[in-house]
Amino acid sequence: MAQATLRPPKTYSLLQYEIREGILFLLPAMVLIFGITLFPILFTFVLSFTDTPLSNPSPQNFVGLSNYLAFLRSAQFWQAIWRTVYFTVVSVGVELLLGLGIALLIHARPPGWAFLRTSLIIPWAVPTIVNGALWRWIYNADYGALNGLLYSLGVIEKYRPWLTEPMQALNLVIVADIWHSVPFIALILQAALATLPLELDEAAAVDGANAWQRFWFIRLPLLRPAILVALVIRTVEAFRVFDIIYVITQGGPAFGTVTISYLTYLESFSYGHLGSGAALSFLITLFTLVMALAYIRLLYRPEVQG
Amino acid sequence: MRNSGRFLMLMVLVALVLALTGCGGQAATGPKVVKVLAMQQAGPTPEEMNAIVAEFNQKNPNIKVEIEYVSYDALHDKIVTAMATTPPSYDVILVDDIWYAEFAKAGYLWDVTDKIDAQTKEKVFAAAWDITTVNGRIYGMPWLLDAKYFYYNEKILKEAGFDHPPATWEELVEQARVIKEKGLVEYPIAWSWAQAEAAICDFVALLYGNGGRFVDEQGKPAFNDEKGVQVLEWMVKTIDEGISNPASVSYVEEDVRNVFSQGKAAFALNWLYMYDLAALNEQESQVVGQVKMSLVPVFESMAKQGLKSSTINGSMGFSVVDKSPNREAAWEYVKYLTSEDVQKRYAAHLLPIWSANYEGEALEALKALNPATPVTVPMFKEQFPYAHVRPKVPYYLEGSKALQLALQEALTKQKTAAQALNDAAAKWVELQSK
Repeated sequence: MAQATLRPPKTYSLLQYEIREGILFLLPAMVLIFGITLFPILFTFVLSFTDTPLSNPSPQNFVGLSNYLAFLRSAQFWQAIWRTVYFTVVSVGVELLLGLGIALLIHARPPGWAFLRTSLIIPWAVPTIVNGALWRWIYNADYGALNGLLYSLGVIEKYRPWLTEPMQALNLVIVADIWHSVPFIALILQAALATLPLELDEAAAVDGANAWQRFWFIRLPLLRPAILVALVIRTVEAFRVFDIIYVITQGGPAFGTVTISYLTYLESFSYGHLGSGAALSFLITLFTLVMALAYIRLLYRPEVQG
Repeated sequence: MRNSGRFLMLMVLVALVLALTGCGGQAATGPKVVKVLAMQQAGPTPEEMNAIVAEFNQKNPNIKVEIEYVSYDALHDKIVTAMATTPPSYDVILVDDIWYAEFAKAGYLWDVTDKIDAQTKEKVFAAAWDITTVNGRIYGMPWLLDAKYFYYNEKILKEAGFDHPPATWEELVEQARVIKEKGLVEYPIAWSWAQAEAAICDFVALLYGNGGRFVDEQGKPAFNDEKGVQVLEWMVKTIDEGISNPASVSYVEEDVRNVFSQGKAAFALNWLYMYDLAALNEQESQVVGQVKMSLVPVFESMAKQGLKSSTINGSMGFSVVDKSPNREAAWEYVKYLTSEDVQKRYAAHLLPIWSANYEGEALEALKALNPATPVTVPMFKEQFPYAHVRPKVPYYLEGSKALQLALQEALTKQKTAAQALNDAAAKWVELQSK
């Protein structure tokens, strides 16, 4: 069988050549991604099993799972989780409702719809830090616009220090986040709405369905993938909220706005416990992963169009 | 196709290499750059600090100082993150006295004990060295000797029928009640009780004025004893009564200054920097000409025992970063910034650390320096001896956060004063034992 045959010199097929070129082109991106993303994740993971001080950030003092266990046993941790869940649920919930409403409004093309759609970008375009500073001034006890507005409308008798009550402060921070994020959901949903086939709506109208039925039974199910995308992104973002808390309340009053990210910041940078901070980061990751998977489970169904 | 493919690959690889090397440092040519991190809050204004930098750069052509400013609350975290890089992002940093123990232990600060000659040591206030000394070693030049002072609006007091400021906190409550009843000011006193170090400063001033103290001789927390609880309960009561501005729970010092400068408070506790801005600066204040200072009051029980005043010592120092590649140049700048001559010329918002300046002719010269000094200089001399420091322990920040939380929990009625302080004390004990 093994006949010595003359073989032509080895050449690559066009496909193999393109694969090789493709890998080489991807190499810079892969290096960057590994450097910027994967390596820090692995490094943080290793840190989370140690007691490393911020002043000397190389991993040392292996302590096993005690960082994780300490947090799972700490009341402050669970309070922060609760606050974060509350923040996420309320914020994303209201954003979804408002965003859907605005998307439907734009889709209905009332006069001035183009202006509405364009001006909607503005809250989203404002950087989160600037958004925080903006709302901090609005809520200011002495010169805030909120006080001014309510006072001149006669709703309140005198200016109130809005941010001095823990639950109220948390709700007000949520309002600031909603204002910032509603455009994101509105625009995603509006884009999805625009792709829905008109014939379905028209057929249903001919069959006698009213506006609400058309919305609930036809449009909403078809919007499911878009809602899923918006929900997952916003939930993960809201769960990790930090900068707007840092700017508006610094976690106060009485830790009333300390979310899990803010707690991580306190542990890592203010107290200098890099190991604990790393453990917290991974706990946050775990929570957001579970939530994202839950969403996908609940909402993702292969849709049959038309 | 083949050739252009190869060429493209080459370009991509070149771009990658350039990108990676671009991430490295730059070559050191030209004057030595000294990067300084300072604060934009108490002390000299940024304009004054920049002027000093310009002077130094001119006198030292081979050194170039660059200066950056952040607010006090951002300063600590910015320093800590800056120290993690190699080389550190700053060569000179402004350090609050409560961080000296932490930073010295972390190895951020250059030990300059041997660089300070005996003459310098003698000419600066002894108490000033306490700020930058940890375990007998000196880690920087004291720079901002500050305490919280008691400010009052003379005009409002006169209108209420008072011709002198209160000497005790009880007297202040009396005066405040009259002021409030007469409708002169809604909330007569504004405090800085936000969830920040500012609240601890106010608390410490009040605490020692009641005969309490932060920690005992073994370093165990003493702020939760009955004196401490009394103080916190008093704080809560004044808010309930409407004497203390309820928004104080979200105020830091700048907010107090704003409120006082608008005439919306008759009394306020604040650092020295507020005097010039509130009393003399027409652009910043609506109460110019009405502002006076007096010794910070104490509680009656201590006044009866002869205690005149009690306040918080909030001093800061400039230190050279130990891992800085330009340590010597950085030290030159620190020496210049804190030198007698510079401090004398910029004494409007920053009183000199050189004790010689407070005697005889020098004192008169100091007082005549600018419109603020005739008031601020004698006030400093009178008040500073009563200023109390906070514990110099490496875990101070974490412990302080626990105490800040306790104060806030009591002020927002989530816990009783005793409960809140005891929880904070338990945390201190836990930190101490680690």
